[in-house]
Amino acid sequence: MSFIPGQPVSAVVQRIEIHKLWDGDNLILGFSIGGGIDQDPSQNPFSEDKADKGIYVTRVSKGGPAEVAGLRLGDKIMQVNGWDMTMVTHDQARKKLTKKNEDVVRLLVTRRSLEDAVRQSMMQH
Amino acid sequence: MRGEGTSRIHFHCVFGAFEGRSAGAGLFHTLLCVQRSAHSAVWKKRSVLSSPSASKIDSLRSKVELLKLPLTLSSKSISERKTRLGGATERSRGGAGAHKPRPPAPDMDNESQYSGYSYKSSHSRSSRKHRDRRDRHRSKSRDSSSRADKSVTIQAPGEPLLDAESTRGDDRDDNWGETTTVVTGTSEHSVSNEDLTRASKELEDSSPLECRRFAGPVLSGVLGLFALLTPLAFLLLPQLLWRDSLEPCGTPCEGLYVSLAFKLLVLLISSWALFLRPPRATLCRAFFVFRCLLMALVFLFVASYWLFYGVRVLEPRERDYRGIVGYAVSLVDALLFIQYLALVLLEVRHLRPAFCLKVVRTTDGASRFYSVGHLSIQRAAVWVLDHYYTDFPVYNPALLNLPKSILSKKMSGFKVYSLGEENSTNNSTGQSRAMIAAAARRRDNSHNEYYYEEAEMDRRVRKRKARLVVAVEEAFTHIKRLQDDEAASSPKHPREVMDPREAAQAIFAPMARAMQKYLRTTRQQPYHSMESIIAHLQFCITHNMTPKAFLERYLAPGPTMQYQRENGSRGRQWTLVSEEPVTSALRQGLVFSLRRLDFALVVTVTPLPFLNLGEEFIDPKSHKFVMRLQSETSV
Repeated sequence: MSFIPGQPVSAVVQRIEIHKLWDGDNLILGFSIGGGIDQDPSQNPFSEDKADKGIYVTRVSKGGPAEVAGLRLGDKIMQVNGWDMTMVTHDQARKKLTKKNEDVVRLLVTRRSLEDAVRQSMMQH
Repeated sequence: MRGEGTSRIHFHCVFGAFEGRSAGAGLFHTLLCVQRSAHSAVWKKRSVLSSPSASKIDSLRSKVELLKLPLTLSSKSISERKTRLGGATERSRGGAGAHKPRPPAPDMDNESQYSGYSYKSSHSRSSRKHRDRRDRHRSKSRDSSSRADKSVTIQAPGEPLLDAESTRGDDRDDNWGETTTVVTGTSEHSVSNEDLTRASKELEDSSPLECRRFAGPVLSGVLGLFALLTPLAFLLLPQLLWRDSLEPCGTPCEGLYVSLAFKLLVLLISSWALFLRPPRATLCRAFFVFRCLLMALVFLFVASYWLFYGVRVLEPRERDYRGIVGYAVSLVDALLFIQYLALVLLEVRHLRPAFCLKVVRTTDGASRFYSVGHLSIQRAAVWVLDHYYTDFPVYNPALLNLPKSILSKKMSGFKVYSLGEENSTNNSTGQSRAMIAAAARRRDNSHNEYYYEEAEMDRRVRKRKARLVVAVEEAFTHIKRLQDDEAASSPKHPREVMDPREAAQAIFAPMARAMQKYLRTTRQQPYHSMESIIAHLQFCITHNMTPKAFLERYLAPGPTMQYQRENGSRGRQWTLVSEEPVTSALRQGLVFSLRRLDFALVVTVTPLPFLNLGEEFIDPKSHKFVMRLQSETSV
């Protein structure tokens, strides 16, 4: 998950499909995000590389659609419905996630455990 | 006959010198000897003798080298020789300039030894000579170990002579040249001749230019007086000559009289201030461009006014007195404006910074940078010297040289003898370069020694300084100032009341030893005598200074001004050496030097850079800050 600015990022990702829930007037997804290129990356407790300005999942509400779909705390969101999330501001990320006319968001997320698992499986072979 | 003659000459060359021959015989033999050793076509009529003797020189070389004992020459014969050669110098200088002295033949085989003395012939400047000799010393040291057998016989006798030479300063001592001539009688260049040309060139350089001190001020004083008295003359002449026919002139004239008197007074005072004040330095050339210009201007003005006066007033006996008074007042106004111009040219121009002078002392590299205005070279020199006395740390000749232990290794090398006589100047430089390269390739650990020596010296100085500081602090605790009310209040143990001098002497004893050792370690002991230390101590006690304040004088070398008392009798004799005429103005790239007996200050002139100053306005309300974000949004 380390990245070099300007170089293409390669990561092991998991596809997560979250169906939005109607909560009164709003559609909610049930998690919170942090990070963005306009934010301070050194305060991010979930990132390995403290210069990483990507969007991270900072809270997953219990029983919400995100937890049901498989999103975990500390995941880095790489794409939302095809929109890139690695080089966006915090507000842009929020907007991409909370579009009113979409019911479903398909995320590509990555986490450390995914990579470890893949490496382990490769080593076993 | 030839062999006889040459051998006879040779004999007299070597031994006749200190036998002090009679004038006639001595002259002949001396001249021939020198000319033979010169081996130049300088004295054309004797060239017959010189060229064939070249071959003889080779044959006699072995004999000469065996005879190379440390010879002390009698000064009488040397001065005699000098006077003879002095006469011949005029003729020979042209010749000396014409011929290119022959440095040694290029063969670097192991057998030949090259003469160190003849080596210096390629250039007659003493600095180059010293540099060469130092290089030769170093190269000598390298090769001595490899050719120990060859060099020993020659090195030992020559060694003390070389040492004496190399430590000599800017030498005008012709003894050195005479020694060379006698000892290596076979060296082919005109050593003594060259010596004299060099000496005379140095004399020319260093003798101060003739100063005509009084012509300028007297002339300008006369002119000024004349200019000042002219308006009065303008006023008085009509009164004296045709008083009766003058129209009376009332109040306006009186006003004009008052203003005339006032302006004349101002003129008098300002011309005294500008032109007639005694200068602090005697400058070489009394020709000051701007002053001459101004004097010419004044003269022109006054002359033209007199001309008009003579034609318009005296001739037709002008009756309008008010007009005459107005005329005189206008002259005084014009003189005042010239005075103003003089003020700007002579004073203000000097103040506005335009050049940066870099002053470097040649002996130890102490340097400073100064900003000056548009000055002439000689005025800039005076300015630099003013600041030299207060800014530069005092020149301490004892601190200059590397310790002997490091340098002595370099001096014990091989000597280079050049046996070839003709041409090939470039070969000599090639050979010297080869020698230097060979020397450099040898492993040289002297930098290591220098480093450790310096560290050791540092440690020693610090130790002594610590001892000194402690001793002084302790000494100062022994006395205290007697308060007025205490005098009466202690009858039981009456203390001896001392004046500052006695108090200083009393506490000097415990710190004397530490002080002396410290001064000796830092080589400052010639600057501080015991008397001066006690005087300074007395001064510090009187003014309630702490030990640290007392010691500041000794812990760091102060500016030269501080030590002026000791060598005040020598005066401040400086010589300005410059390639441009000294009254020319400063400009970029100019270099001149101020020479003293044992060191010099080299001054380089660079113009101050032209500054392009831009402007940027910052609204004070534009200084705004935000905290760095770490927001979290729930989606």
